[in-house]
Amino acid sequence: MIQTFPKGGIHPAEDKFSAGTPIRVLPLPKKVSIPVSQHLGAPSEPIVKKGDKVKTGQLIAKSKGFVSTNIHSSVTGTVTKVDKMPDSSGYKRLAISIDAEEDQWEEGIDNSKTLNRNISATGEEITGKILDAGIVGLGGATFPSHIKLSVPRGKKAEVLIINGVECEPCLTSDHRLMLEKGEELMVGIQLLMKALNVKRALIGIENNKPDAIRHLSSIANEYEGTEVRTLQVKYPQGAEKQLIKAIINREVPSGKLPIDVGTVVHNIGTAFAVYEAIQKNKPLIERVVTVTGKKIESPSNFMVRIGTFVSDLVEASGGLPDDTGKVINGGPMMGKALDNLDVPVTKGTSGIVIVPSAEAKRKPVLNCVRCAKCVGICPMGLEPYLLQAATEFKKWDLVENERSLDCMECGSCSYICPSGRPLLDYIRLGKSTVNKIIRSRKQ
Amino acid sequence: MDKLITVSPSPHAYGDDTVKKLMYGVVYALVPALVISVYFFGIGALIVTSISIVSCMAFEYLIQKYLMNARPSITDGSALVTGLLLAFNLPTNLPWWIIIIGALVAIGVGKMSFGGLGTNPFNPALVGRVFLFISFPAQMTSWPEPIVSRLQYADATTGATPLGVVKEGLNAGVPVSRLMEQIPGYMELFIGHMHGCLGEISALALIAGGLYMLAKKIITWHIPVSIFLSVFLFTGILWLINPYDNADPLFHLLTGGLVLGAVYMATDYVTSPMVPKGMWIYGTGIGVITVAIRVWGAYPEGVSFAILIMNAFVPLINKYVKPERFGEEVKNG
Repeated sequence: MIQTFPKGGIHPAEDKFSAGTPIRVLPLPKKVSIPVSQHLGAPSEPIVKKGDKVKTGQLIAKSKGFVSTNIHSSVTGTVTKVDKMPDSSGYKRLAISIDAEEDQWEEGIDNSKTLNRNISATGEEITGKILDAGIVGLGGATFPSHIKLSVPRGKKAEVLIINGVECEPCLTSDHRLMLEKGEELMVGIQLLMKALNVKRALIGIENNKPDAIRHLSSIANEYEGTEVRTLQVKYPQGAEKQLIKAIINREVPSGKLPIDVGTVVHNIGTAFAVYEAIQKNKPLIERVVTVTGKKIESPSNFMVRIGTFVSDLVEASGGLPDDTGKVINGGPMMGKALDNLDVPVTKGTSGIVIVPSAEAKRKPVLNCVRCAKCVGICPMGLEPYLLQAATEFKKWDLVENERSLDCMECGSCSYICPSGRPLLDYIRLGKSTVNKIIRSRKQ
Repeated sequence: MDKLITVSPSPHAYGDDTVKKLMYGVVYALVPALVISVYFFGIGALIVTSISIVSCMAFEYLIQKYLMNARPSITDGSALVTGLLLAFNLPTNLPWWIIIIGALVAIGVGKMSFGGLGTNPFNPALVGRVFLFISFPAQMTSWPEPIVSRLQYADATTGATPLGVVKEGLNAGVPVSRLMEQIPGYMELFIGHMHGCLGEISALALIAGGLYMLAKKIITWHIPVSIFLSVFLFTGILWLINPYDNADPLFHLLTGGLVLGAVYMATDYVTSPMVPKGMWIYGTGIGVITVAIRVWGAYPEGVSFAILIMNAFVPLINKYVKPERFGEEVKNG
């Protein structure tokens, strides 16, 4: 049976050019820049200083606060500075720069490819180790994973959902991981199940990846309680609430979390990182990044050390094409446009998409013709045209009451609008203003 | 970095739909009905359609350029659709100057006085039609004989529409069963062989165009279906209560401007509700008002009035009818 979420959604051109390209290990970078804020929450606190020698996998910045995590060196070498550096947000933020030498791994890390299926850690040990290893949601949201595994008192997880949807056009990093690291993923999923104390795990994969569905289904047979669910191709199915609705038909209420309906969602990439952290004692210092685009010479999937510069990645895929209009960090629907390629890959970088100039500019903006397409496709059941107008005319009460805060910024409304109206731009503005108003009300 | 790259907020991908594409989609959907009209009404259909389209586009251009000092946007196809739909709502023997007045009212009063595309509360083509209907009742209610009048324009032999025949007959106390003998059979009504306005005659061609618009996602099914359903149910109840004085539901669905109105006029983006539930309220309102006018009103046909009346309720419907939100209540499956 093919499942999906019932409300709204769009189907943008998939453009998965790199789906057939196996993951290649990118040669060690000469230098890396590792931001201390790669995750949602408080930035980590650096514990190294200029001149320090570090090894691959060594802790270099410590978790600071509950919503935060650890950061490790992704190379062996010398810290050249701990200072503000431009990152993918376009702002300068605190980062640790390291000049790399020959790779020497920190003691105790198993860097071999041998599969280790033998789970000995207890649930608490697993959660603790996930924090130690600095694992965050690798789908792009970068929410520290150990928090999702700490189920609040009075609530209970019944089922673990694994997000293998990869609904963003162009991106293929999760697809390749499922094909090439299926066994490791399955062990990672068992670890997550143990940490959550659940007996069932459902892996959601869209049916544009039949090879991944077949492969993981055959492996899942050997693991009790693990099942692959085939999903219809629809954006934004990888969004947590939509995925939960599609797979177990439960709606996370407005302002609540998945645990409130008895589930926790983790990404494929995260499950792999969990496997490596627990079974191989390896912290999160590398990830799979898709580098793709219509004009790029060789669309690729790379295993990349965190902190590697985007320019190095682009170089390895054949260089920046002459016809480059935009470079996106992430997918075309929710990714951020970069203004500069000398920024580092971080834990949340799932792909780099290079857009030709003809597609880099927006359509001209016309009057709203009230075609209601934005209302029809909004997966949260909002009225983007109304939120846009209410924001434009500063009707903040209306923006708040029309549930603008439910918007997860999937961009479907701006995508579908025949008048090319910047609906999401306005909704973002409305949301941030409403958030400010709510905060000032509480004071 | 020596290359200049664009930076903008997400999303970075866009769909293929443009206003122009949607408008031309409506135009393509109207072509079969126009072809059938030319078959039955001949040159009259061609003359009325051409005058209506040309004058609607000309008025839009002139008003935008000289009165609003805006960049003319006639290429977006919306004035073309208005012109075409206005023509579809006129008899094919209507004098040329009346058509031009209709176009001026449709575009000038119905659309541009509110600020142009997207801002008008009432369907512009219907504003034009109803203005003409009230101002020139004689010319607006003489319909050329199909086939016979192919080569005639203003001098065409004329007759009454099936709805007109029934209304007049019932007022004179003739039972429906006798009146039905004077009008074409249902198959002919379905194909469009009857007296009527230029584009309203052929339910077959109009529905074919409607299905094309559904397939191309230009319209959704809610408004047409709610109108058809409410007309069918309402006239069905009346017919069951008193089959002597009421025509059957199928007759009501196939005659007058019902299909044209339900599929092309009521679905006008600008003047119809935004949310499916609202579309149901709007469509049901149109159906009920149409039947009320046809059965109890002074006019034999009421689709135009019904749509304009419900247009007025659209802002209210949009304000109070909200989409089903995600996560409104906890649903456990």
